[in-house]
Amino acid sequence: MNVLAIIGRAMLAMLAAIGRVTLFAVDTVSHLGRPPYYPREFGQALVQIGYFSLPVVGLTTIFTGGALALQIYAGGARFSAEAVVPQIVAIGMVRELGPVLVGLMIAARVTSSIAAEIATMKVTEQIDALITLSTNPAKYLTLPRVLAATVVMPFLVGVGDIIGIMGGYLVGVERLGFNAGTYLRNTIDFLEPLDVVSSLTKAAVFGFLAALMGCYFGMRSGRGAQGVGRATKNAVVAASVLILAANFVLTELFFSA
Amino acid sequence: MIELVDVHKAFGANSVLTGVNLTLRKGRSMVIIGGSGTGKSVLLKCVLGLVQPDKGAISVDGTEVTNLRQGTPERDAFLARFGMLFQGSALFDSLPVWQNVAFRLLRGSLKKPRAEAHEIAVEKLRRVGLSPDVADLFPAELSGGMQKRVGLARAIATEPEIIFFDEPTTGLDPIMAGVINDLIRGIASEMGSTAMTITHDMSSVRAIADDVAMLHDGTIQWAGPASEMDSSGDPCVAQFIAGSAEGPIETVR
Repeated sequence: MNVLAIIGRAMLAMLAAIGRVTLFAVDTVSHLGRPPYYPREFGQALVQIGYFSLPVVGLTTIFTGGALALQIYAGGARFSAEAVVPQIVAIGMVRELGPVLVGLMIAARVTSSIAAEIATMKVTEQIDALITLSTNPAKYLTLPRVLAATVVMPFLVGVGDIIGIMGGYLVGVERLGFNAGTYLRNTIDFLEPLDVVSSLTKAAVFGFLAALMGCYFGMRSGRGAQGVGRATKNAVVAASVLILAANFVLTELFFSA
Repeated sequence: MIELVDVHKAFGANSVLTGVNLTLRKGRSMVIIGGSGTGKSVLLKCVLGLVQPDKGAISVDGTEVTNLRQGTPERDAFLARFGMLFQGSALFDSLPVWQNVAFRLLRGSLKKPRAEAHEIAVEKLRRVGLSPDVADLFPAELSGGMQKRVGLARAIATEPEIIFFDEPTTGLDPIMAGVINDLIRGIASEMGSTAMTITHDMSSVRAIADDVAMLHDGTIQWAGPASEMDSSGDPCVAQFIAGSAEGPIETVR
């Protein structure tokens, strides 16, 4: 009986959390159609989330692309299929690894930063100060960050996909002895528009989730340094799990037979 | 005039306000005193709508403001009448000092051209004793006393009718506390603003207050002119003024 009660309480708490996050997301999106807007804050968020994430995105994807080429070559050798390295690197990077890895890196870099910044603002009464200055925190803090992450993530993932493929290309040509022209031709010929569309769609959804979680947990932060730390941790965990769950759902939507 | 009638607020099982009745007359400076954790800040935040009371009514100039919804024109108009100095100043770290001061003048219904907003910010900084050089610094580059002054400049930037001061001298040395008290008194007088200050610093009370209210056990224990505070006859007020451990206010809370 006690076990059932514990499970029931956990379920209720989870449903309540889902409800709160959903209401927060709906409220955030609803501000898209209601001025005032803060283009300066949106521009700053674009630079912070997009431009300053480029190095980490580049480093993550180039090494992943290179390692993927090595793995596929070694695995393919077991049944004489080494030649498929360009095609599998391309499809692996564009459909899955590019969006997911960039999404997780953004969760680590951007979600944590947003959550810590907003939580600190809450703890130091800066959110209250915003309200007394007739400024809605959802419009001034949340919407610019969520919108910027949603808009800029497809760009980051596009760049990550290309760099990842180039990582595979470098390893394929320099280490595994592939012909450079053939490698590139195989890559380009094998990719389909749906692969790219799915990659960029996933990117937009992951960007939305990453920024939304940062803002949500930041706004709900408890008091003191411990509150800020907990908000940041919860935001990154929630964003990472949601990104992986959304990846499964989107993959099912795009590629189920 | 600000009027609070039977205002209640609890956080879970912790009842903070249990029926506050208080009237703040226009153009007067009222100081609310009380021990730490007695709900002074909560009371002030209830008036501003930052905390929603569980029960009771709050009105400003006869208009009830208890349930104004965020984002509505009525609430924006209501907040435009207020300035607020927060306990920790609550300056925005990401903005330079002048943009903190001119925050309201750079956006929303009170928006002015950027150059004009900058000019007003510099003038308000000068009013609180800060040089124009400070305008381009960031809050993290300022001392605690300077941050208080910037917070004060932000509170008066739009020359509001009503200004709230939350523990304006907490964490400051006695000399800087005296400077801030003089600024508050001077600014409130010259602007003709209605002021509400919460503090447990008796030197602030004597410097700022026209009227004093003592908050204890969730209610106003005593309220009256500052000149009558010392002879109020209220044991809570007497203990608070004396700073004594003996009396109705428990020292272990």
